[in-house]
Amino acid sequence: MTRRDLLDEALAGITARPARLALTALGTVLGVAALVATLGLAQTAAAQVAGRFDAVAATHVVVEPRTTGGSGTDAAPASLPWDAEPRLDRLNGVVASGTYALATDGAAVTTVPVADPSGASRLDLAVAAASPGLIDALRGRVVTGRLFDAGHDQRADPVALLGERAADRLHLNRVTGQPTVFVGDIELTVIGIVGGVSHHLDLLDAVIVPNHTAERLFGLPGPAEVQIRTSLGAAQLVGRQAPIALAPNEPETLQARVPPSAAGVQARVEADVNALFLVLGGVALLVGALGIANVTLLSVLERVAEIGLRRAVGATRGDVAAQFLVESSAVGLLGGLVGTAAGLVLTVAVSAARDWTPVLDLRLAAGAPLLGAVIGLAAGTYPAWRASAVHPIDALRRAG
Amino acid sequence: MEAGTDGSVPVVELTEVSRSFPGPPAVHAVRDVDLVIRRGDYVSIAGPSGSGKSTLLHVMGLLDRPTAGTYRLDGVDTQAMSERERAGWRGRRIGFVFQAFHLLGARSVAENVELAMVYTGVTRRRRAERALAALDRVGLGHRVAFSPATLSGGERQRVAIARALVGGPSLLLADEPTGNLDSATAAAILDLFDDLHRDGLTLAVVTHDEAVSRRAQRRVRTVDGSVREVA
Repeated sequence: MTRRDLLDEALAGITARPARLALTALGTVLGVAALVATLGLAQTAAAQVAGRFDAVAATHVVVEPRTTGGSGTDAAPASLPWDAEPRLDRLNGVVASGTYALATDGAAVTTVPVADPSGASRLDLAVAAASPGLIDALRGRVVTGRLFDAGHDQRADPVALLGERAADRLHLNRVTGQPTVFVGDIELTVIGIVGGVSHHLDLLDAVIVPNHTAERLFGLPGPAEVQIRTSLGAAQLVGRQAPIALAPNEPETLQARVPPSAAGVQARVEADVNALFLVLGGVALLVGALGIANVTLLSVLERVAEIGLRRAVGATRGDVAAQFLVESSAVGLLGGLVGTAAGLVLTVAVSAARDWTPVLDLRLAAGAPLLGAVIGLAAGTYPAWRASAVHPIDALRRAG
Repeated sequence: MEAGTDGSVPVVELTEVSRSFPGPPAVHAVRDVDLVIRRGDYVSIAGPSGSGKSTLLHVMGLLDRPTAGTYRLDGVDTQAMSERERAGWRGRRIGFVFQAFHLLGARSVAENVELAMVYTGVTRRRRAERALAALDRVGLGHRVAFSPATLSGGERQRVAIARALVGGPSLLLADEPTGNLDSATAAAILDLFDDLHRDGLTLAVVTHDEAVSRRAQRRVRTVDGSVREVA
């Protein structure tokens, strides 16, 4: 029996009952469609996620002293240098950087020098110490006035920036008159009001002073952390280099918090979406396989006379088994093809509805129909064995 | 293998053939049968049901193996053959005609006839030619593209006979070929058998019908698994 004859006989066998063929293939259609749509949508969605990946988060790196969990000597000295900012600005990929530290947490701040018992315009505000680049590193903006610069910092000038909300609460909305705020009895000249920071929103409610001013007036031991804004894609690199630039002798005492790489995010999104739907698709495929096995077995029982006849005209047991295997594989392949098409249409339709660019691995489109065929083959194994075991004498004795 | 082409070698040579089915109780369907069918013979094997005539037909048709004795088909001992070889011999040397026709309803008349050559390595073109010739031979040349479902019982049996003839078998084995047919149609089928016999075909017809049996040139009766030549 040639391969072509085998194929012809098998196709004639399954097309003899078109309605049954369609129903038999349905399970595989659904299973393969679910798998293809799942994988297709996961790939498409992951591509979207990566494409829209939050540029703010992706370029934000924080370096801070590593918290030594439980190793005896606590109160470790702040290991971040005062000149962290110029050190980091030399690194390739750093757009802006700045140190941050809390100088005092909740000092009495007022705009009038007298101790007013009624407490007018008297607030508890935090005082933060920053290097000149911090606001820029946090994508902040100057609402009014100006930022302090390296000169203010070096001279430890008694100048301050006010966070937007702090200024509001102090009823300060312009700095042209060089208003003064009193932090306790320390007098600071407000040179600007800032807002719009992407991180450290506490700065909006704080009085911000240059590092050395904080050191001189509040006894700040050193910066608590460094905020870095990197160019897109450089976060990983900066994250690796920054600790070395800041503490060349002991970079391991610093830790850099970097955003997860885009590839990592994509893989994770795919994995999340896939896990659930792959299970569903797998279940559908299993049901499909059982359907094929069932119907093929039924078909074997119905076609016992045909099997007997084929044996009588020279078919070996192997010929009979091969025919039923090819029949079930063909049903599986057909289901796989239709299912793949349906899955692709679904992927494209959902993408179109969401204005996404459909992304699909071509190997998936090629492999899914084959998966159907393999499932059909596996499902046909038992029925084919049963068919080959049919004894021609018993088969032919029955009335046809 | 080519011994079958020599006229002096019998087509069927059964020597002390027995076929018993293990029990309990063990059934000796065929016992110590000696039967020779020569080329061109038209033999009927008649007997009541349970007399072993069907088992004898199955043994002769290589569908069953005897438990004792030797069966030489075209001079070749069939006992030594593997199942695969027996399948090949069934396809090439034996044509079967069944009471129930056993046609495939979803295939055309021509395809049904061609099916007999699918497993014997005949090329597709030769298959089509020979199927047409065989259908012509049984008088159904005009029904080639029909579905068996549209044919009468007699026509269906003719298709089955064409299918049995198409491979050029050494032996045509018919199992109650007229069992499902009315008497007029049955007579036509038996006339066809006579024609085929005249053309030199070797036929063995198993039947319980005396009228059918009488049409044969040689008549064999089976009783309790043994055979006896009647005429």
